[in-house]
Amino acid sequence: MSAPLSVFQISGRAMSAQLVRLNTVASNLANAGTVATTKEGAYRALKPVFTQVSDTPGVSTVKVDQVVQSNTEPTKRYDPNNPLADKDGNVWDAGVDGAAELVDMIETQRQYQNNVQVMQTAKTLTLDTLRLGQ
Amino acid sequence: MADDALFGIHGTALALRSQRMAMLASNIANAATPGFKARDIDFAKALDSASQTGSVDRAVDGHVQYRVPVQASADGNTVELATEQTQFAENAIAYKATLNFLQGRISTVMQALKGE
Repeated sequence: MSAPLSVFQISGRAMSAQLVRLNTVASNLANAGTVATTKEGAYRALKPVFTQVSDTPGVSTVKVDQVVQSNTEPTKRYDPNNPLADKDGNVWDAGVDGAAELVDMIETQRQYQNNVQVMQTAKTLTLDTLRLGQ
Repeated sequence: MADDALFGIHGTALALRSQRMAMLASNIANAATPGFKARDIDFAKALDSASQTGSVDRAVDGHVQYRVPVQASADGNTVELATEQTQFAENAIAYKATLNFLQGRISTVMQALKGE
């Protein structure tokens, strides 16, 4: 690999990974109320899979390897008045755990914030170093 | 980078502090990566070996160690944000202290040169 990762690259890429995670949370919450006629057609929560991107020993950043569907099962609900209901009067609610998504959102926010702070500190220290001797 | 007459150990220390900052930033960046093992260097030992051998990179490579988590998580990730943030803050302050030492030496030399 070329030049080792700088603190800015490490934190910057981590921030974009966290943003992808925030996007999946938004998508999951937006679809939480949707219903479908079949179990297969119901929305399932999307989850990003993070992997580390290694460089020189001890230094690595993170990227989103892929976005997978979660194993939260859609739930069957009896609602014969719903136009999407099947012949037995059932509909399938989206497989989204609202509480878990909110927890995920707050965690994402905190981790994004941590990376911003790392970058802020690195920036201040770099500028201080540049001013050395002046 | 061997210790030099003017800056002593501080030049080496600054380079090591900067590499350690990248390492701690990596840990914070990977706080949500399953299976990620947090790493750090034994600073005192690395500084010792860097000032003896003159190579900061080799000193870092030789003293990388995994962090022992207080409470291991289920997905094998050993990043504990409280620990990492404390270490990061400590390292940033130490970096700043080293900068101040360097600044002090530079000022001394400047004064001597100007004959003030």
